[in-house]
Amino acid sequence: MALLEIDDVTVRFGGLVALRDVAFEVDEGQFISIIGPNGAGKTTLFNAIAGTVRPTSGRIRFRGHEVQGSRAAHMSHVGVRRTFQVARPFPSMTVRENVHIAAAGRSVLHSARSLGLRGRVRTLGERVDGLLQTTGLTSEAGRRASELNIGGLRRLEIARALASEPTLLLLDEPAAGIGVDGLRPLADLIRDVHQRGLTVLLVEHYVGFALSLSDRVIVLDEGILIAEGTPEQVRNDERVITAYLGRAGRAAKGQQAGLAPEIPAQPHEPDEPDGPR
Amino acid sequence: MSYWIVVGVTVVIYAILTVSLNIVVGYVGQPNLAQSAFFGIGAYFAAVFSTRYHTSFWWTIPLAFVTAGAAGLALGAISLRLREDFLAITTIGLNFVVVAVFQYAPFFGGAVGIYAIPLPSIAGHPFGNTAFLVVGLVMLASVMAVSKYLEHTWFGASLMAIRDDETAASSIGVPVASYKVMAFVLSAAFAGMAGSLYAPFLSVVTPTSFGFTESVVILAMLIFGGLGTIRGAVVGALILGSLPEAFRFISNYRLLTFGVVLLLMLRFQPEGLLGDGSVLVKLTRRSVGALRQRRRSGTPDPPGAAV
Repeated sequence: MALLEIDDVTVRFGGLVALRDVAFEVDEGQFISIIGPNGAGKTTLFNAIAGTVRPTSGRIRFRGHEVQGSRAAHMSHVGVRRTFQVARPFPSMTVRENVHIAAAGRSVLHSARSLGLRGRVRTLGERVDGLLQTTGLTSEAGRRASELNIGGLRRLEIARALASEPTLLLLDEPAAGIGVDGLRPLADLIRDVHQRGLTVLLVEHYVGFALSLSDRVIVLDEGILIAEGTPEQVRNDERVITAYLGRAGRAAKGQQAGLAPEIPAQPHEPDEPDGPR
Repeated sequence: MSYWIVVGVTVVIYAILTVSLNIVVGYVGQPNLAQSAFFGIGAYFAAVFSTRYHTSFWWTIPLAFVTAGAAGLALGAISLRLREDFLAITTIGLNFVVVAVFQYAPFFGGAVGIYAIPLPSIAGHPFGNTAFLVVGLVMLASVMAVSKYLEHTWFGASLMAIRDDETAASSIGVPVASYKVMAFVLSAAFAGMAGSLYAPFLSVVTPTSFGFTESVVILAMLIFGGLGTIRGAVVGALILGSLPEAFRFISNYRLLTFGVVLLLMLRFQPEGLLGDGSVLVKLTRRSVGALRQRRRSGTPDPPGAAV
């Protein structure tokens, strides 16, 4: 049985169809990238899986249970955690507190234990320290999250999503805004996290970055799943090249429209909202 | 002297209201302009039960706590789905509705309110003003202790996560809706408890005492003192609660003065007098830090160092 099954999911916002009959499966332990031009519906797909957006129709199954329309907090408790395209730290808390509160799972937050003192749970504290080390945030642990630079915020997003030991990690453009220099350490971090047994879904604009990490790639365009396969297959798929060419317009076909393994130099603005702020 | 004890009781009641309001506005970041309505619910239930059913003062305290909390549950459950400005406007409406109920329901004595609320007694002796002050201080200590405790719990940290970013909070599993309601209930219950002290202290409750302007005054005190901190809530109530008593002209233009003070604060010191990040707190932290460092390194004070 697949870990996550997306079954003909459609999401409509008024007259706009953000996703149309998207269907695919994710097996445990896989690393899947979701790519596509601006407005393709990538973040909407994440929002639907994470419980921020309710699909208009279709089914989402996690571990065989139907979860479409579940609340975000519920999805987080069953083991689906996400990062946000525009980092959303808790700015008034320290970096460590950000990760610490995220480490309290359902057993704490949905019970009388939530009235217990935070410092009491020593095992959680150790896990948090370990995570801060993995994500390279140990030296910034005592600073307020609002003081972090963009690279630090990206790592904090990942640390916070990992804090409750999820099964499925949704990474929404972790490389957005960090610049080419930061890509390699970030790729190492993500690869390391995946190798610990996590299933990862990655939405990424830096296509080369995404392809280099994943075993499978899903391509969305205007809300429709237009291609699926190994990075190699997708790179040579005629429809994918057209989708990217149609947008870039003047991009040379020889460069395969930005699908080459190298990283495109052009930064981009986040385009799809993560949901209500 | 006795006059200042009366002022003291008033200030302590305001402080209970600001510290309890801080749970919703300071920790969870939800605007609430109906705190005086919950204060009124507590005061009215205490008044009704002590005059009509001769309930002892000591029993009206938990009664006011529970009824105001229940009202907070009902009103919070319907309004807390809304966000920010809409929630603020809704709570304003709630305050007017509650006052209208006091005014028109015969149970609450109508427009004249409830008179001749008996003085509480302890061991057969009726309360003097000092006894009111002592009971008030115990109540204040209890709401401060609960707030302080909350700050260190998972629940309290979750409330602050909601304040910082609701979407992110729900993504890490915080049950946003129910936690908001729980904070609202707790805040309303403590405001109601303050009401149970207020009713016998004044010996009369009238609908107009719990109007929307009182809610604004309470919120102004909290913002003035420093949103999100217990010390700020207490100091805000202390300063803005006693100023009108100390200076007659402020008393005459109370709302005007509060409005001007609030505007100046928001413009020049939005963290409030003692909020985290306010000038005073930063200065104190810096000097305390310097003092500690000096002690640790064992070097003598440099000449003329101000601490």
